[in-house]
Amino acid sequence: MIADTKNNEDKIFEKHRKFCKVNEIVKKYNYEKPNLIAILQAVQEEYRYLPEEIMTYIAMIMEISPASVYGVATFYSQFSLDPKGKYEVKVCDGTACHVRGSMPVYNAIKKKLKLTDGKFTTDDLQFSVETVRCVGACALAPVVLINEKVYSKVTPEAVTMIIDQLLERSGEGE
Amino acid sequence: MGTSTVDNKKTENKLMVDGREVSFSDEKNLLEVIRKAGIEVPTFCYRPDLTTYGACRMCVVEIDGRGIQTSCTIKPEPGMKVQVNTEKTRKIRKMTVELLLASHDRDCTVCAKSENCDLQDLSKKLGVRDVRFESRKTNLPIDDSNPSIIRDPNKCILCGACVRACREIQGAGCLSFVNRGSEAQVMPAYGKDLREVDCTYCGQCTSVCPTGALRIKSDIDRVWEQLIDKKKKVVVQIAPAVRIATGEAFGLPYGENTLGLITAALRRIGFDAIFDTCFTADLTIMEEATEFIERFKSGENLPLFTSCCPAWVRFLEQRYPDFLKNLSSCKSPQQMFGSVAKKVLIEEFNLNRSNEEQIKKEDIVIVSIMPCTAKKTECRREEFQSEGSRDVDFVLTTQELIRMINEAGIDFRHIEPEHLDSPFGIFSGAGVIFGSSGGVAEAALRTAYEKITGKKIEKVAITEARGLHTVKELTINIEGHDVKVAIVNTLSEAAALLERIKKGEADYHMVEVMACPGGCLGGAGQPPSYKDREIKERRMKGLYDADVHNPIHKSHDNPEIIRLYEKWLEKPNSRTAHELLHTHYKNRKRILGEIISLASAEEGEVVTDVQVCVGTSCYAKGSYNTIDALTKLIKDNGLENRVNIKATFCMEQCSKGPSLVIDGEAFTEATSKKMEQIFRDKILSKYAAKS
Repeated sequence: MIADTKNNEDKIFEKHRKFCKVNEIVKKYNYEKPNLIAILQAVQEEYRYLPEEIMTYIAMIMEISPASVYGVATFYSQFSLDPKGKYEVKVCDGTACHVRGSMPVYNAIKKKLKLTDGKFTTDDLQFSVETVRCVGACALAPVVLINEKVYSKVTPEAVTMIIDQLLERSGEGE
Repeated sequence: MGTSTVDNKKTENKLMVDGREVSFSDEKNLLEVIRKAGIEVPTFCYRPDLTTYGACRMCVVEIDGRGIQTSCTIKPEPGMKVQVNTEKTRKIRKMTVELLLASHDRDCTVCAKSENCDLQDLSKKLGVRDVRFESRKTNLPIDDSNPSIIRDPNKCILCGACVRACREIQGAGCLSFVNRGSEAQVMPAYGKDLREVDCTYCGQCTSVCPTGALRIKSDIDRVWEQLIDKKKKVVVQIAPAVRIATGEAFGLPYGENTLGLITAALRRIGFDAIFDTCFTADLTIMEEATEFIERFKSGENLPLFTSCCPAWVRFLEQRYPDFLKNLSSCKSPQQMFGSVAKKVLIEEFNLNRSNEEQIKKEDIVIVSIMPCTAKKTECRREEFQSEGSRDVDFVLTTQELIRMINEAGIDFRHIEPEHLDSPFGIFSGAGVIFGSSGGVAEAALRTAYEKITGKKIEKVAITEARGLHTVKELTINIEGHDVKVAIVNTLSEAAALLERIKKGEADYHMVEVMACPGGCLGGAGQPPSYKDREIKERRMKGLYDADVHNPIHKSHDNPEIIRLYEKWLEKPNSRTAHELLHTHYKNRKRILGEIISLASAEEGEVVTDVQVCVGTSCYAKGSYNTIDALTKLIKDNGLENRVNIKATFCMEQCSKGPSLVIDGEAFTEATSKKMEQIFRDKILSKYAAKS
């Protein structure tokens, strides 16, 4: 019972906790402008993406313009400005994976998760899907990464089953 | 002996450009050396007053032993052999222009920058007659959200001059490169409109833009509409700096005073009455000098900041709201003209008219011609409107005036100069020098000195206040008291000065700030002057010469000003004067539409909404600790799922931060210490009563 209240409280103050974390991160890097990329990386760890208002907040406390922070965040493909899902699905679309059929796999995932054009994250924030360039595992093509776990020689059917399994697991509540 | 040879060496350096010897000394790059040798190397991204960027690749040269290099990024070295025009460099330049044109919206014939466009100019000069590449097809959205500046990314060539101008000259950094490669664009944070970020509308970005990507929003057509309407009486005021920059567009020397020609041209265009903003500049001095004397005597709200420059005013409102109390409450000369014209001028117009001929207030239209883009936004401020009409209806920039003269087909160089109309056509030399950085301070000191001492000032010209330096300081002794004055142009210097004042490192009594380099003479509404420092120097000379040639040098000696007070305003800072000539300021948000959610209440509960400001000013005053204290109190009292906590950027209450709002009720100076009391009274009590 006590644990339950604790959990509940954590959930309610999750956003506040993250906000405190942002302050800690910027402080840890001494509010120094050359550390902006490292700061954004650490903040993205927390939020799994870079929310607009948090970038503005960082800009303000570091005394740089929000436009500059936005410029850096959009320059590097490692930063995401859209929320990422609990499961980050990365479909390799490097040359080898592409010729071995990465696109049918990608389309199967999007269909399975009901992600229409221009949408890359499910509404419940469980899954996000993106294509990436060569992950360096060409011999295993086509390759899909889900939260850093590598799935090799994936077919549209196989990837649908993998997602089903993950959905089942989240349904059980961790 | 040894040292003197070293000294001589400094000026003795030589290098070869296209086979001819060129000497150089302290030129900061090879490009400057080549230009000094009389070869106009083309550039898009090079701006002498900004950091060197080396992006446009137009200034490429061949250097013996080093191959193709961009001359703007190379330090000149003795003995260098440089070739500017080789087959390779010519090919590179032509290809660069061709590629830029391929991704450029080429509706050049109807573009506002047509004929003043570097891209158009260089493609003509380099003989680019064909673009072999397919044009970009995407139409990017145009930002037309504010009254001053239009941002059209379809015309942007990514030279980054605007990004650097905004960051380096104004210290604002509203614009940045976003995305990369073929997706790269220049825009404000998160692709917002300029209206939604902390742009002051100074317009320096439009001034340095080589194409039409950033341009002045035109009001010409709307002014023509008023001129054609027979019912309307269209009154125009001409700002000081306009007279010394208009002539250059018609082939007259830089800095030539063309007030008489402008007056004649405006009369032919069809304006009903032509007056001078210098008249209300004199009026500004009467009010501001009086305000200064009061503050100087009482020691309150010093230093006094001048308030003529709308970009500076907006900058303070957005970034340094704690200093708003230092800002003079005087309206700018443009706005003083508007309010005086709509109250006083209309009655003077109607004095000798029969009942049928009386001019109605709604039929009077005030147009101003300004060297400034921010003035277009200033005239739309709420405080400068009454009964749905603006005190100044339309603002045209010097550039727009030049276009209107051309549209009307007037041969500007050969018309006969004419006189201004009465009564607001008489002005002092003090009013004219408002157009130059230092002019307002000099004019105010002339009057303040005589008002305090009752004696004639010995030397009217206060030369320490003059010149193009971004920071000038002077001390003037008035009756045994040292009056310390700082004169600053560009907002980055202004910010540095404010930081010094904050830290107690500066103790001025008066501070004049102009946002544009050199003051209004370098305003963004003027024909661009960044290419050659001499343009600004000549314009400055033009203004100070106008002071010398004017028989009146002090605002309080202007007979029309004396009459205006006698008949309408009583005396400076009187009640009537206050109503008509003074204004107030307010904090403004730096960025719109941002909220950080920190905790959310559950549905079905009695909910309390709390917003805490974490804007620059409140953050500095400890609003982060306020949030911490609040969260702890909520946890300790078991109200976790009943309170929505949000962090917002700026509640426009900066002077009394940290600010917070609980269920719509605002609290100021809510430090973490005070939080417990506020929490008990406003949140806890709500739930105690329920249970």
